[in-house]
Amino acid sequence: MLSVENFSVTFTMYDRGLVQKQLTVITDLDLEVRAGEVVAVVGSSGSGKSLLAHAVLGILPANAETSGRILFQGEPLSAARCQALRGRAIALIPQSIGYLDPLMTVGAQVCRVGQLNGLAKPAAKLVMLETFKRYNLASEVQHLYPFQLSGGMARRVLVAMAVVGQAELVIADEPTPGLHPDVVTETLNHLRELASEGKGVMLITHDIEAALQIADRVAVFYAGTTVEIAAASDFANGKLRHPYTQALWRALPQHDFIPVAGD
Amino acid sequence: MLIADQVCFRYSPRHPWVLHQVNLEVTPAEVVGLQGPSGFGKTTLGKLLAGYLTPTQGCITLAGKPLPPQGYCPVQMVFQSPESAINPRWRIAKVLQEGQFPSLDLQARLGIHSGWLDRFPHELSGGELQRIAVARVLNPQTRYLIADEMTAMLDANTQALIWQAVLAHAAQHRLGILVISHEAALLRRICHRVVDLSDANTIRAQASASERA
Repeated sequence: MLSVENFSVTFTMYDRGLVQKQLTVITDLDLEVRAGEVVAVVGSSGSGKSLLAHAVLGILPANAETSGRILFQGEPLSAARCQALRGRAIALIPQSIGYLDPLMTVGAQVCRVGQLNGLAKPAAKLVMLETFKRYNLASEVQHLYPFQLSGGMARRVLVAMAVVGQAELVIADEPTPGLHPDVVTETLNHLRELASEGKGVMLITHDIEAALQIADRVAVFYAGTTVEIAAASDFANGKLRHPYTQALWRALPQHDFIPVAGD
Repeated sequence: MLIADQVCFRYSPRHPWVLHQVNLEVTPAEVVGLQGPSGFGKTTLGKLLAGYLTPTQGCITLAGKPLPPQGYCPVQMVFQSPESAINPRWRIAKVLQEGQFPSLDLQARLGIHSGWLDRFPHELSGGELQRIAVARVLNPQTRYLIADEMTAMLDANTQALIWQAVLAHAAQHRLGILVISHEAALLRRICHRVVDLSDANTIRAQASASERA
């Protein structure tokens, strides 16, 4: 469904005064997401995980330059195609409620996504209420503004927003931090459910535990590229190949809790 | 000792109680975990303890006295997202100056590179910025630290790095820490004891039921 081939992102930025410098953040990345599959992208912060999502959605900042290819359903994702597809065939579950409109009630915003997907206003409202119910959100929540939501509620609203449309590829950018374990499991199960409905799911997370709960394959990101794409079962079996992956596994609080030197 | 004594809080008399008669104490050099479902007032309790909010009833005392109304508060809070806790228009060096400039030793332990100091916050990643937010509060004037999902956004590696640095500083300076987190494994690893706010909440439910009766 989605295949990223030999993909690089380079930023041109001002260093000191008018001196420009080039900064390559993603180098020679390969990744494939098939329909009905959950692929987790795991890595430390600043390794370029979110940039990958933004690249697929075509919302990189203007000073970014890309090379390589991204194919969606067999055809290259051009800027125009990206714009036509995002929010419809490709949906993003963003990292925080900072991505929502702070001056619009969340109900109205979810409704708007429904309308963008071709529903009439009353139908969109119906679907919105249904989705809210599915994610355990009381119907009063639709009248709240983003700042009034608690962390867990905000996350559920964001998931609801992505599900309202008819997306075929769902990119979840850090959907679980700061949530109660039950809610985490629930959110992850919803993602798994989306995959069994035949959608492709890309789960971007730093939480290896969460990723292993639902992912079919785990791509480990380090310094802007994938160092290892492992089956989820390789982690528990101790079959990890790359030293960085092994170190990441050891740094978990339930294991050694020792950080790896360097970033 | 940092004590919350029979603390109740609501945003206005029209609103329901967020917290009702909650008791909590943290002694110096103690690491206490605070867990509970979302919406049960964990963050609110943290904000009350750090002086961001004042309790509607009950009181917060630090070594027997109320929190100082102005000046540097000895109880400091670190939030989940550093992006919104740091002035986006200040360079990192100025952000760090808000507390007391961290020693080179602390900078090294948190893995802060000297090259970051003249950058702006948006030029650092979330994990790097959170280390700055932690370095800002880890100074000798801080007696208690409220870590509100401090490392929930971060990968296992950065989480271990930050916590190892914080725990080492805490042991050295007899800093009391309240860890608000959903991650049971983390709480088991670092806390001396764990308080569950949903237990406190059963008391709250009973109280509001008796109010109605």
